[in-house]
Amino acid sequence: MSLAEITPLSAPRVELKSLDTLWFQVGGTVCNLACTHCFVSCSPTNHTHEMLSLAEVRRYLEEAARLGVREYYFTGGEPFLNPEMEAILAATLEVGPATVLTNGLLLDPGRCARLKALADASDYSLDFRVSLDGWDEASNDPIRGAGTFEKILAGIRNLHAAGLNPVITVTEVCEGAAGDEGKERFFALLRSLGIERPRLKILPVFRIGAEAGRSGAYESWQRLREGEVPDGALDHLQCSSCRMVTDQGVWVCPILVNEPEAKMGETLADTLGDFPLEHPACWTCHVYGVSCRT
Amino acid sequence: MSFRPPKDLDEQARQARAKLTAHRDMATWGEKLVPLAAFRQAAARKGLKLAQGDRESAVLAYTAGLDDPTPVEGPYSRIAVFGGIYSNHLALLELLEDAARRGAEAVYCLGDLGAFGPNPEKVRPLMAQGQVLSIQGNYEESLASGREDCNCGYTDPRDNHFAEISYRYTERNCSPEFKAWMGTLPRRRRVRVGERELLLVHGSPRRINEFLFHSTAPVPFLEVLLDQSRCDGLLATHTGLHWHRRLPSGRDVVNVGVIGRPANDGRTNVWYAMIEAREEELGVELVPLAYDHLGLAAEMRSEKLPEEFVETVLTGWWTTCLEILPARERAVSRF
Ligand code: SF4
Ligand code: SF4
Repeated sequence: MSLAEITPLSAPRVELKSLDTLWFQVGGTVCNLACTHCFVSCSPTNHTHEMLSLAEVRRYLEEAARLGVREYYFTGGEPFLNPEMEAILAATLEVGPATVLTNGLLLDPGRCARLKALADASDYSLDFRVSLDGWDEASNDPIRGAGTFEKILAGIRNLHAAGLNPVITVTEVCEGAAGDEGKERFFALLRSLGIERPRLKILPVFRIGAEAGRSGAYESWQRLREGEVPDGALDHLQCSSCRMVTDQGVWVCPILVNEPEAKMGETLADTLGDFPLEHPACWTCHVYGVSCRT
Repeated sequence: MSFRPPKDLDEQARQARAKLTAHRDMATWGEKLVPLAAFRQAAARKGLKLAQGDRESAVLAYTAGLDDPTPVEGPYSRIAVFGGIYSNHLALLELLEDAARRGAEAVYCLGDLGAFGPNPEKVRPLMAQGQVLSIQGNYEESLASGREDCNCGYTDPRDNHFAEISYRYTERNCSPEFKAWMGTLPRRRRVRVGERELLLVHGSPRRINEFLFHSTAPVPFLEVLLDQSRCDGLLATHTGLHWHRRLPSGRDVVNVGVIGRPANDGRTNVWYAMIEAREEELGVELVPLAYDHLGLAAEMRSEKLPEEFVETVLTGWWTTCLEILPARERAVSRF
C-alpha cells in the first residue's frame, strides 16, 4: 500500500464545470500601495508576477473565446499602473464584459472620461470595483496607508462624475463592515458623495500573504479533507468555473497566485482538468462561500 | 459602533510594510520570501504543457454537445413565447388574445408564474383555457418542493427582503393542487419551428436561475453554450429584460422578457416574443404588450402588496431587485 493510499488527509479535487470567468493578473504583483492585509502581498517592489502586455492578453482572449468564456476580470497589483490597461480593456470589450478591481488612486478625471467612452462603445458591460477598508481615515488608513482614504474617495468621485458607478469592496478586516449597521455606514458615506445608488461588496479575509503576518496564519485543522465536504458543495467554489492568467501561465484561481503549486498550465486548454484543494485558503472559500466575482 | 484597531496594529503595520518593501529581487511564495529566480523556476516546472494536438482535443471535448433526451415538439410555423407571469393575470389575458390574433399555433411559457403580483390562482384557469405549454421557473421549483425561499439568486438584503414578501404572499395564496401541478412541469422543452430546433429554458441550459442579460451574455459564450446544448436557437427568461442576439453561426438567442412587470424603461407595457419559421432565418419579433396596468395596481393595493411593487407597475421603473443588473443595464435604470 502506498503512502498516498493510507494517508487520511487527501484533499478533495474540484472539477472545472465550465470556464465562465477568466481573470488576468494584469498589474502583476506591482502596486502603488502596500496594504497590510493584501493576500498577494503586493507592493511597489514586488515583481513575483510581472504585468501582462496587450499581446499576451490578446492571445488568451482568443483562446477564451473558443472555450466560451463569459466574463473577464482584471486585477493586480494595481491594473492602472499597466501602461496598456486601456487598450487591454478595449480589446476585451470586443469579446465580452469586463470588470476591473482597482485601488482607485489612478482614477483622474481624464482617465474616467476615457473609460466611460470605452463602456459606451461596447455591447458588453464594463464594471469597476474600488477597494476601501473603512468609513473614515481612522479606520481605512492604517490598513491601506496614510492619506489613502481621501485619495480613494477622490477616485470614486471621479468615476461617478464620469457616469460610472463602481462597486465598493470592503474586506472584513474592517470590523463590523459585514453587519447591517456597518453596511449602512458605507452606504451613507457613498450617498454623501452624491452616489444615489451605492453598490457594496463585503469580502472575507484570506489569511495568506501579508494578512498572515497581520492576523496569524491558518491552524492545521483548517484544511479541506476528502469526504468531509458534502456532494455538490464544490460546485459553488469559484475554481469550478474560473482560471487566472499571469505572466507565468495559468493558475487555478485568483487567490493562490503566489503558490507555484497552484499553476495548472501554459494555455487554457492545459487547465481544463481538476485541481486538489490542498491549500488552507480553500478552507476559507468553502466555509465562507467566497467568490471574488462581483 | 466604532472601529477598534487591533491592539498591536502599529507594530504589525510597521512589520508588514518593512516586509513589503523588502521585495527587491525577492518573490512571495506563500508566506515566505524567496529569491525571484527560485519562484520563477518553480512556476515554470509546474502545470501541464500539452502537445498542440492534445490541446486541440481538450478544447473539442470541452465544447462537445451533450446528450439531451428531451422530446422534440412541433413542428410549428409560428409560436408565441413568454416568461415571468408574476401573477399578472391581466397581462396574461391580453397576451393570449394578442397571440391568437397574430396566428400563433402554440403558446409557451418559460416559468415564474407567481411572485410580485396579486392573486396567483387567477393565472391557473387562463393557462388552461389558452392551452399554454409551460416549463418550471425557479419559482415553481421552490413552491412545488416547499422551499423556504424563491431561489432567485439575490444577495442584497433589500432585494431579499422584497423577494421574501412576494414569495410568502404567493406561497400562502396558492392551493396545494396548483403547487403540485407546478412540480409536474418539465424543466426544459425542445420545439421545432420550421427547420430549426429550439431549446426552451427558464434561466439558462445550465442552471434554472442563471441570468442571461444582454450585456453579460457575449457572443463567444453563447456560441459554445448552443454547441453544448445541440440546438439551433435558445429561448430563456428569468432576468426580466428582453433581447435578441443573432450569432455569427446564424443561430438565435432570445430572452423573451416577462409579462409580469415592465422592462425597467419607464414604459408600462410588458414584452413577449413571436417566433416564426422563415426561409433563410428564424423570424424573431419582440412584441410590446399593453394591458390594464391601472387595474393591476388597484388589485395589488387591495391585496396590500408593497407600494414599491405598485410603483413599478405604474411607472415602468424597477424599484427592487436592481442589484442583479449588470453595469450597463443598471446605468439606464432610474433607481
Ligand atoms: S490590497 Fe490591492 S491596493 Fe492594496 S496592496 Fe494589495 S493589490 Fe495593492
Ligand atoms: S483558494 Fe478557493 S478558489 Fe482557489 S483553489 Fe482553493 S477553493 Fe478554489
